[in-house]
Amino acid sequence: MRDVAIVAFAQTAHSRTSDELSEVEMLMPVLHEVLDRTGLKTADLGFVCSGSSDYLAGRAFSFTMALDGVGAWPPVSESHVEMDGAWALYEAWVKILTGEADTALVYAYGKSSPGELRDVLTRQLDPYYVAPLWPDSVALAALQAQALIDAGATDERALAGVAARSRTDAAANPYAQLSGPAPMGDYVVRPLRRGDCPPVSDGAAAVILAAGDTARALCARPAWIRGLDHRIEAHSLGVRDLTESPSTRLAAERAGAFARPADTAELHAPFTSQEVVLRRALRLDDDVTVNPSGGALTANPVMAAGLIRLGEAAARIHRGESDRALAHATSGPCLQQNLVAVLEGEGHAA
Amino acid sequence: MPEVLTAPLVVEFPFTRSLGPVQSAFLTGLRARTVLGVRASDGRVVVPPTEYDPVTAEEIRELVEVGTTGTVTTWAWNARPRPGQPLGTPFAWALVTLDGADTALLHALDAPGAESVHSGMRVRIRWAEERTGAITDIACFEPYDSEPGRQPTAHSGEFADTDTETNADTDANADAGPVTGIIAPARLDYTYAPGRAQSRYLNALVDRRTVGERCPACRKVYVPPRGACPTCGVATDEQVEAGPNGTVTTFCIVNIKARNLDIEVPYVYAHIALDGADLALHARIGGIPYDQVRMGLRVAPVWTEGARFPDHYRPTGEPDADYDSYKELI
Amino acid sequence: MPHNERLMPHKEPVAVVGIGQTRHVAARKDVSIAGLVREAAQCALEDAELTWADIDAVVIGKAPDFFEGVMMPELYLADALGAVGKPMLRVHTAGSVGGSTALVAANLVAARVHGTVLTLAFEKQSESNAMWGLSLPIPFQQPLLAGAGGFFAPHVRAYMRRTGAPDTVGSLVAYKDRRNALKNPYAHLHETDITLEKVQASPMLWDPIRYSETCPSSDGACAMILTDRTGAARSPHPPAWVHGGAMRSEPTLFAGKDFVSPQAGKDCAADVYHQAGITDPRREIDAVEMYVPFSWYEPMWLENLGFAAEGEGWKLTEAGVTELDGDLPVNPSGGVLSTNPIGASGMIRFAEAALQVRGRAGAHQVDGARRALGHAYGGGAQFFSMWLVGAEPPQN
Repeated sequence: MRDVAIVAFAQTAHSRTSDELSEVEMLMPVLHEVLDRTGLKTADLGFVCSGSSDYLAGRAFSFTMALDGVGAWPPVSESHVEMDGAWALYEAWVKILTGEADTALVYAYGKSSPGELRDVLTRQLDPYYVAPLWPDSVALAALQAQALIDAGATDERALAGVAARSRTDAAANPYAQLSGPAPMGDYVVRPLRRGDCPPVSDGAAAVILAAGDTARALCARPAWIRGLDHRIEAHSLGVRDLTESPSTRLAAERAGAFARPADTAELHAPFTSQEVVLRRALRLDDDVTVNPSGGALTANPVMAAGLIRLGEAAARIHRGESDRALAHATSGPCLQQNLVAVLEGEGHAA
Repeated sequence: MPEVLTAPLVVEFPFTRSLGPVQSAFLTGLRARTVLGVRASDGRVVVPPTEYDPVTAEEIRELVEVGTTGTVTTWAWNARPRPGQPLGTPFAWALVTLDGADTALLHALDAPGAESVHSGMRVRIRWAEERTGAITDIACFEPYDSEPGRQPTAHSGEFADTDTETNADTDANADAGPVTGIIAPARLDYTYAPGRAQSRYLNALVDRRTVGERCPACRKVYVPPRGACPTCGVATDEQVEAGPNGTVTTFCIVNIKARNLDIEVPYVYAHIALDGADLALHARIGGIPYDQVRMGLRVAPVWTEGARFPDHYRPTGEPDADYDSYKELI
Repeated sequence: MPHNERLMPHKEPVAVVGIGQTRHVAARKDVSIAGLVREAAQCALEDAELTWADIDAVVIGKAPDFFEGVMMPELYLADALGAVGKPMLRVHTAGSVGGSTALVAANLVAARVHGTVLTLAFEKQSESNAMWGLSLPIPFQQPLLAGAGGFFAPHVRAYMRRTGAPDTVGSLVAYKDRRNALKNPYAHLHETDITLEKVQASPMLWDPIRYSETCPSSDGACAMILTDRTGAARSPHPPAWVHGGAMRSEPTLFAGKDFVSPQAGKDCAADVYHQAGITDPRREIDAVEMYVPFSWYEPMWLENLGFAAEGEGWKLTEAGVTELDGDLPVNPSGGVLSTNPIGASGMIRFAEAALQVRGRAGAHQVDGARRALGHAYGGGAQFFSMWLVGAEPPQN
């Protein structure tokens, strides 16, 4: 199998609204930044892949306009997933593994502000039995949180601790939307309080992947993808044990996450309670630095937030702050689908 | 910087969903105040019934009837109900395992307050008065003390056309055979933001000026601008007035009237390369019989009071443009 | 970055060992969305004589989620497609998506990430209304049109102007494809009383496009099982082998865009031919399933794909070369003109190409087809995906 690495990462400063910008206006500076970091131009790329959702935008084929920001001329080898950009990265990784490309640009963007995100996400649910009830994303996460509390896996105080740690860590992340201590606030849907929930965010992110010597030429310390896998579970909440994430566990096993301990984990846990589930699934102990970026609790541009976890983990390796990091992305209600990447730097970090 | 525009955008449709046999039986059952489940490959009873086994993917079709009372497995207190949700007053979302079932169903639980709800509590279905064969035939759950223990019983999935438990005045709930489809209306409200470049263009149109933008790299002029030069991938920011006149590069004659579109047919839908623009825009041609419109026709905008766009373009009377002068713009 | 041949590792050859599709109709009122996709997937598994447990991963594609009003429907479809505990990917590249989806799945095998992959594409257009789904209102844009026909008709006129093609060519394509569809039990339109005169007498919708030269709106799904050499060796029926596959994209609208013959289409075809060692597509390819949603796109794509010189595509159509018994049969299945579940239409092209080289196309089989091209496009004629499949394993 070819060695493939994340060699560059860029993201927007995420914000509650971005009314002044179209999607492509929001995305384009991130594309420029990630290309500049490697010195690559669009014409140099072997593959381009993106992730976004028409339902966020409220427009069909919304991704076609985002392509304007790439400068796809001459024509490019390109694809798009209607998923979080983490899965676009997966598709691009596979493309490089075939040998058909040596480099790839992966990007994702999501403007959550145009619609009511909690209502929009109800459209992901079983269209016959569940979507007609309009159960919103916070309500579903709250059902999961209560199940965890009932099982003795956490309590409101522990959840507040996750929120506080995330916001404290986000203070060092200039791209985060929220940072610094804040009261947990009122219940949004009990047992989840304002502080347990992610902000509504607009934002974009991009990474460059490269193989072998190309990666070494483009980046002083590439974040090598040692394993990458994703798995999905049954859709209905009522058939799943919401306190567990077997798909995360399986993806992690397949990605080789348990072969050696990681020093860092970037988990795509939009709700504090989901970090509890993921820590258990990934068997993370207290030695592992979890979400040093602040995580999705401090910036949650839907469709990009998973890719950002991979980018943040890679960036720590690039900077020599991590030798081995796990990155995780999720999709669907209550962690239905999960992706796990194992990233490593060569040589020991300073 | 001039005003950056936004506007409401409503995406709304009454989706028509056909059900297939298992879902049809379940929703027909709800109309008759009966809850059906389906037996999975491992013997578990799945409620609400799925068509395929969530573990093995086998097609599962063995229907069973379960109880209308059950146990809360987890819950969440929703103090501020949102549009479309089952109750308009504060309620709990709950996953409920009905008696005889092995999986849980998601619905609302009407309870006096969060303190009155706990996992393990016993509840029963409160049926909607008017039932149509939809998940909303269950109005919600309500607290109800009873002993669990009902076993699932075999069920054919067929229901008599009349509901024997109801009187004639509620027989609207019991008409007309199995439920084979549902109508699922969905409305989402968005605020659409066209962004900086298009706002500049739209704001200039108010003064009846067509202002495109030039790419700093390839020098092409885009009308309307969309924020990026699509071939160079860079922002266009130099504003350039184009037109007002232009050349029809190609067109079609539209003979079918579109819903929600107040244009009489036939009409001509044309690509028009405005003078000074490097990409044609799209507009309607008027002021000339539709069958006399041709490629190369020179046209000028016709404005109406208060409109954001030219209503249409009309012939200028100039000689037609030579094909070679616009063929790169088609 | 120059493409470094030296670094290119050997790819695993990819075989198509199972193909399934639904009988496409305007509205499948007897099934749920899950039931629709399941039917195609089950047929593909039966064709390959495999079970759900044999599938390592699922790659699914469809056009915009608004068509069914379900956001990211793969989440709900995971159970029906046996994906629980497996990887599941969802592709969306507009009209080309069915082809792109198959290529993403093929890459999973080619990269040796998985041995056997189920790929599927669908659209259940009767859940809403295609005209609505394709023409959602956008503020600040002047509403001028509804549907895709008006978008593409001016480009057809540009083609006619550029080539001097007689205005009957479009009707010849429609007449051919509708007759081919009569030989395909899965096709949506079965117009048993079709005549050329009827096509030519049908009303002009978006002049120069007539009603009979447009595609229907269908409910349907198409599935394929892709596998490696080991899987192919176990195949009960002859596999189709992937000799080349590629995607190319260009921007929607740009100064200098050639809507009649987009560069991305030319580049995509050139890439596929290069991979497959094809130097003369007109002679070396035995059958073509191309994405022709409006009849005139057949001559346009014949040129774009290198089967005819620029300006000459219509002559092949007019001379009967693209007929089922012609020397380069195009859309023996009846094509998109006879069946159009939008998100699945591209995969149906890919699958029909594979059926031809497997010799399993039934009444619309092209005699002795050894190499066939599957083609799809989407967006503003900007996204292209193609594969070339052969009866023999690839040579390299």
